[in-house]
Amino acid sequence: MAIQQIAFILLFALVSYLAYKSYSKIYKTIMLGKTIDLKADRPQRLKNVLLVAFGQKKMFKRLIPAFLHLSIYIAFLFTQVELIEIIIDGITGTHRIFADKIGLLYPLIINTIEFLSLFAFVSTIIFLWRRNLLKIPRFQSSEMNGWPKLDANYILLGELILIIGIFSFNSADTLLQSLDSSHYPDTGTLLISGWIGEQFLSGMSVSSLYILERFGWWLHLCVVFGFLLYLPISKHLHIMLAFPNVYFARLKPSGEIDNMPVITNEVKSMMGLETNTESDDNGEIPEFGANDIGDLYWKNILDAFSCTECGRCTSVCPANMTGKKLSPRKIMMDIRDRATEVQEGIIKNGTDHDDGKSLFDYISEEEIFACTSCNACVEACPIMINPLEPIIELRRYKLLTESKGPSEWMPMFNALENNGAVWQMPGQRFDWAKELSDN
Amino acid sequence: MKIYTIEEFKSSQGKDPEIVFWVGCAGSFDSRAQKITLALAKILHHAKIGFAVLGNDETCTGDPARRSGNEFVFQLLALQNIETFKMHNIKKMVTACPHCFNTLKNEYPALGGNYDIVHHTQLIQSLIQEKRISIEGGAFNGKKIAYHDSCYLGRMNGVYEAPRNILNQLDAEISEPRRNRNNGLCCGAGGAQMFKEEEPGDKKVNVERVEELLESSPDIIAVNCPFCTLMMDDGLKNKEQDENVKVYDISELIIQANNW
Repeated sequence: MAIQQIAFILLFALVSYLAYKSYSKIYKTIMLGKTIDLKADRPQRLKNVLLVAFGQKKMFKRLIPAFLHLSIYIAFLFTQVELIEIIIDGITGTHRIFADKIGLLYPLIINTIEFLSLFAFVSTIIFLWRRNLLKIPRFQSSEMNGWPKLDANYILLGELILIIGIFSFNSADTLLQSLDSSHYPDTGTLLISGWIGEQFLSGMSVSSLYILERFGWWLHLCVVFGFLLYLPISKHLHIMLAFPNVYFARLKPSGEIDNMPVITNEVKSMMGLETNTESDDNGEIPEFGANDIGDLYWKNILDAFSCTECGRCTSVCPANMTGKKLSPRKIMMDIRDRATEVQEGIIKNGTDHDDGKSLFDYISEEEIFACTSCNACVEACPIMINPLEPIIELRRYKLLTESKGPSEWMPMFNALENNGAVWQMPGQRFDWAKELSDN
Repeated sequence: MKIYTIEEFKSSQGKDPEIVFWVGCAGSFDSRAQKITLALAKILHHAKIGFAVLGNDETCTGDPARRSGNEFVFQLLALQNIETFKMHNIKKMVTACPHCFNTLKNEYPALGGNYDIVHHTQLIQSLIQEKRISIEGGAFNGKKIAYHDSCYLGRMNGVYEAPRNILNQLDAEISEPRRNRNNGLCCGAGGAQMFKEEEPGDKKVNVERVEELLESSPDIIAVNCPFCTLMMDDGLKNKEQDENVKVYDISELIIQANNW
């Protein structure tokens, strides 16, 4: 017992330290973005967290995956209760410390966890089948090749092992309780693991049951710790970031594209209008739009790290569904990967480090200029990620800073500047009414 | 029917117009979209609304410039329009273009321009409710109309019911494409795509949408946006269905029903 206790405490300390390091790195990476104050409208933000994050409201646009996902999500939330006991047991060397202390509540909790875990187990297998055997288009796009596909499968396999661990230690425990009641307090009837114990483990010796119980317990624990350390390099980080991401999500009308006050001032002074003197003009020649991570808001980078690559955005994107290269999901993945690369560079070479690369090493002009700004991706995201904001910022960089862009737009810009109309027309704007009165 | 500019209206009527009709570039210059402008003007006329247009004082709202990324041109136009509105003391506007509607409603406030903006389907709906106009039944009896939500009126501004409520008065069978309301599929024109070729791909966006709308074998595709009108027309030509299926803005359906 004592050896396990020491092993647990050492492992727990090591995992905590490593987790602290990798999560603070994620935090720093997100904070590479520009500052933006998103503190206002707290009641609306909390409501979104309740409905969209906890309540998974937007998941239910697609019923089958919504129910499958919900069963895994609820099992995950409830299993955290059991994790509290596991950690206390691990540190103090006790065994099921709450079993004989909270009466009927204990079997109620454990049975709930077991049933939820069973549903989650089935859902996970269906998810593996959907992802690997059913050729669902949104899981087949080119940006899913290689690591993203492996990552998704690792997570699903990990979930299966996690649940196998729970049922191993619970079912061995149900038999040990009658064989060695001094060390194994009565848990009350556990419906699923009691049945597993009876059906499959009843002939086993005390020592084999002991090994199975410990194996299941440590297996479960190690996968939990493994998950904790794996999340920061995985798309699965959404289980944590979905909540803050929904909280800080955009509340402005989705049809409103953010204003650029610097340009307002410039245009106003050109037009001889009164300018806003509180401009943050510090004399430098400004760069407009986003070329690299530091030009996006931290919220855009939080969006990118919250993305679980479900591809709902891409599956509703009019450009993507008609075979164009643009995929909103890929835009988010690229922002995340570039942000990680920038952060790695800073860790290795210091803050002033410039690797000579930018977001445009990941995202092509062909992609950003294919966007119809229809907001379908924004609407589709279950955790309120906004792929349109960075797409517009990337376009702004091309148009305003580099004076690049589709050549067909140039006549439009000329017509707009010279005639105030999108087309270069021979007549005047009001001619349509003249024809009317002539008839 | 005479269309007044604001100055003409003020000098001839001795008062401010009840509402300003913001026509937009498509409605002003494109021969197809001009018919929508005319339809709305007729509806306003029959509802006895004292309206005026800005005439040659109007410019593009800047929507395609802003979405292309050219914020400079957007602001040039937007600030100029805001000055025009200030000069004419304009408070309330109606437009038949959801792009203009969105920009005037959601983007001008950040530049200091706050107005009461309605889309023509919203205005028409309230004119019907207030019994200032009525729609004659019969003209569309036995016809099937498929309704296409524009992104800028629907998904971005949540106006789903007004156009449907109007359509329901037409005695026609109204069908919804598979992707409708907040899941509606774009016509392909937004984000300044109207003014360039699409990037390489398998299909045009408007063809994808038209194919979906044709699934219910409609006689008419009803729209609420001049750019959707042009894109759907083009999509039908591509499918060689432009003889059998017609694209109309909701305002045009009303003047057809009432024979105005």
